[in-house]
Amino acid sequence: MRITTTVDGTSYTDEVEPRMLLVQYLRERLGKVGTVVGCDTSNCGACTVHLDGQSVKSCSVLAVQADGREITTIEGLADDGELHPLQQAFHDNHALQCGFCTPGMIMQALDLLKENPDPDEDEVRSGLEGNLCRCTGYQNIVKAVRAAAEQMPSAARQADVPQEPVTASMPSEVSQS
Amino acid sequence: MIPAAFDYVVPASVDDAVRELHDAGEDAKVLAGGQSLLPVLRMRLAAPSKIIDIGRIPELKGIRDEGDHLVIGAATPHHEVQKNQLVRDHALLIALATETVADPQVRHLGTFGGALAHADPAGDLLAPALALDAVFVVAGMDGRHEIPASEFFVDYFTTALRPGELLLEVKVPKYTGWRAHYEKFNRVAQAWSICGVAAACRVDGGTIAEARVGLTNMSSVPVRARAVEQALVGQQATAEVIKAAASHAVDGTLPTSDGNADAEYREHLAKVLTERAVTAACS
Ligand SMILES: Cc1cc2nc3c(=O)[nH]c(=O)nc-3n(C[C@H](O)[C@H](O)[C@H](O)COP(=O)(O)OP(=O)(O)OC[C@H]3O[C@@H](n4cnc5c(N)ncnc54)[C@H](O)[C@@H]3O)c2cc1C
Ligand code: FES
Ligand code: FES
Repeated sequence: MRITTTVDGTSYTDEVEPRMLLVQYLRERLGKVGTVVGCDTSNCGACTVHLDGQSVKSCSVLAVQADGREITTIEGLADDGELHPLQQAFHDNHALQCGFCTPGMIMQALDLLKENPDPDEDEVRSGLEGNLCRCTGYQNIVKAVRAAAEQMPSAARQADVPQEPVTASMPSEVSQS
Repeated sequence: MIPAAFDYVVPASVDDAVRELHDAGEDAKVLAGGQSLLPVLRMRLAAPSKIIDIGRIPELKGIRDEGDHLVIGAATPHHEVQKNQLVRDHALLIALATETVADPQVRHLGTFGGALAHADPAGDLLAPALALDAVFVVAGMDGRHEIPASEFFVDYFTTALRPGELLLEVKVPKYTGWRAHYEKFNRVAQAWSICGVAAACRVDGGTIAEARVGLTNMSSVPVRARAVEQALVGQQATAEVIKAAASHAVDGTLPTSDGNADAEYREHLAKVLTERAVTAACS
């Protein structure tokens, strides 16, 4: 089936099998390996991306369900090489050890801050309840999200508001079905 | 893991969806939010030959006010149900139970009707739908009909939906001014209920005028705790009254034993959680 999506501001059209997962499409077709797979059970949240501005677990969405929609991944957050305030806050607050959960944590934290610009500790913890970290014990992740909330101008929270897509001449255009 | 191959269609209307479902036969599966179905497909616990994606049918989405009841479209995402002002004003119990479902990402995609049609006994929306006497509107090739909640849940993962039928919407009578609480017991974040209690009460000058209580995961289907309700109605909302009423919580239940809890522990939980839920719903 032919799908057209906008991923991190670039428009892609591809022929995909209906059973292809969105995360597979992002990683294997578009080379967006910043989004990772941590589990097989829809539990860990490592694969979190935004679909039309809302966080979803991309391992639990079919690529065909994303047809005609806008996707933002962790790779779409930095602006011209400058880290997004959430990325910077994770760095500054040592909110990662192995880093595997980090892309999903940041994408979910961004979703949380859009709904609640100034969450307290409990609100951060429940906002991130769908994201598992096996290393940090969460303490510094919570700290980082709260620090980012203080620093983030409201514009940064809307990082994935649809912009005019750039049409790509990507390898995906020539990929097989 | 990757699901087994299937054909995929995206009907634009309920009529198209019903026709697709009929033509495809028993081997087809409806996909709403996919938050229960995709994990099942990925683990290859099911391998339908055709997936009918109802996620783009406008008629199945949204919440409207129809006078004495609300109508919640089957494909309305949890996230929308939980925030919706009509639901919060007239069916608060449903909003509160929905807040406890899974996690934010799953609630963005997972749908009200999907959770009910899936009929997992640990699902958090079944007991509230039963307690509030919701009515399920379903469509098949021979037209539309209604099924009361008390007849909708048949067994583990089994509803009164017949092959080829689609859940369209759920009618929920209005409980304006009622207080409510959903008390869920689970061990870790985003986990399913080991036991859950859904309570809604109308308290009038300290007296419990009406009470509705439903239990999650205390049988293969949600259970209405009628003995608890009867012990509450007409009484003052005191700690003693509520505790005494909660002791009836296991009447009519048939809990199972599994890796999370044995039946005896579930019975203990049902009483404790009923006391907590009713106390919260009366205060
Ligand atoms: C990590 C995780 C944790 C979860 N935790 C909880 C929890 O704590 N409590 C809880 O209640 N739920 C939980 N869920 C499940 C969640 O509520 C799902 O959203 C819900 O069970 C299914 O809704 P869906 O729209 O995604 O349905 P789908 O997965 O698309 O479909 C589920 C089933 O229902 C059928 N179906 C769907 N819609 C219709 C319809 N309109 N007519 C006929 N058949 C239909 C499908 O064919 C399928 O068999 C969890 C899910 C995950 C992934
Ligand atoms: S990889 Fe998607 S939830 Fe774990
Ligand atoms: S930093 Fe290793 S899983 Fe979170």
